[in-house]
Amino acid sequence: MKVKVIVTLKNGVLDPQGKAIQQTLNGMTFDNVSEVRQGKYFDIEVNESDESKAKSQVEEMCKKLLANLVIEDYKIL
Amino acid sequence: MKSSVIIFPGSNCDRDMDVALKKFGFENQMVWHNDTNIPKSDLIVLPGGFSYGDYLRCGSIAGKSRIIKSVIDFANSGGLVLGICNGFQILTETGLLPGILQQNKYLNFICKNVFVKIKNKENKYFKNIKKEVLELHIAHNEGNYFCSNDELKSIEDNGQIAVTYCDDKGNDNENNNPNGAIQNIAGIFNKDKNILGMMPHPERMIDPFLSGEDGSLFFENLIGSM
Repeated sequence: MKVKVIVTLKNGVLDPQGKAIQQTLNGMTFDNVSEVRQGKYFDIEVNESDESKAKSQVEEMCKKLLANLVIEDYKIL
Repeated sequence: MKSSVIIFPGSNCDRDMDVALKKFGFENQMVWHNDTNIPKSDLIVLPGGFSYGDYLRCGSIAGKSRIIKSVIDFANSGGLVLGICNGFQILTETGLLPGILQQNKYLNFICKNVFVKIKNKENKYFKNIKKEVLELHIAHNEGNYFCSNDELKSIEDNGQIAVTYCDDKGNDNENNNPNGAIQNIAGIFNKDKNILGMMPHPERMIDPFLSGEDGSLFFENLIGSM
């Protein structure tokens, strides 16, 4: 089954790329954009039919590799 | 003294480091990332570069490579481990050093000489260096050191800040911070001070033709204190 994961910077952690995107959007007449936070999206195909097993494996992957918990949070969709 | 430089796919300062270590008397060997054992060494160096193309996060893939378990075992048994630039990023990704290196505050790749202030000399890396301020070279896109406030307090209390960005007089304030690093941090130790990670490249300053020789002071001290 396919498991989807989003990794984002934690609140309060500086996101210079997000800031640059926000400023560019503002410059493109999207004046009402006040903040952009950039993240990463993963589509993970796990050869496992049991959904809860697959998700708990993906959770381990997030903790060990996909996210760095010093600055990032992950969300399994 | 024997040293080992680990080569990852994408390392590009491995041979500069080899030249520097040999110049100051180390018997250096190169070790491939896919090996499992490191030959007997007094020092292991994780060199600069772009291991695995900086995919996912800088140093994250190298931090899970086959050789890393041996590096961690060596470090945990008190062996000297030095990570320069991408090597520093790898050390934070393995958890051997606290915090993380984020993208530079102003999104630019920085390649220039900088001054760094030595903050702690009670360790083998800086023990007998007479200068307080060294001129070294940086070349990185992700050198913006970050850690939580609790971790920052802990590394300050334990004397783990090794070097900070400063001016030629040693003023390490915000005006002399090239990349947004918290507290101007350019390099840190682990608690026991046997592991050092830093963004500046001492191996690029070992010859007058390379715009300076303060890197020589670093390597002369290192081999002298082992």
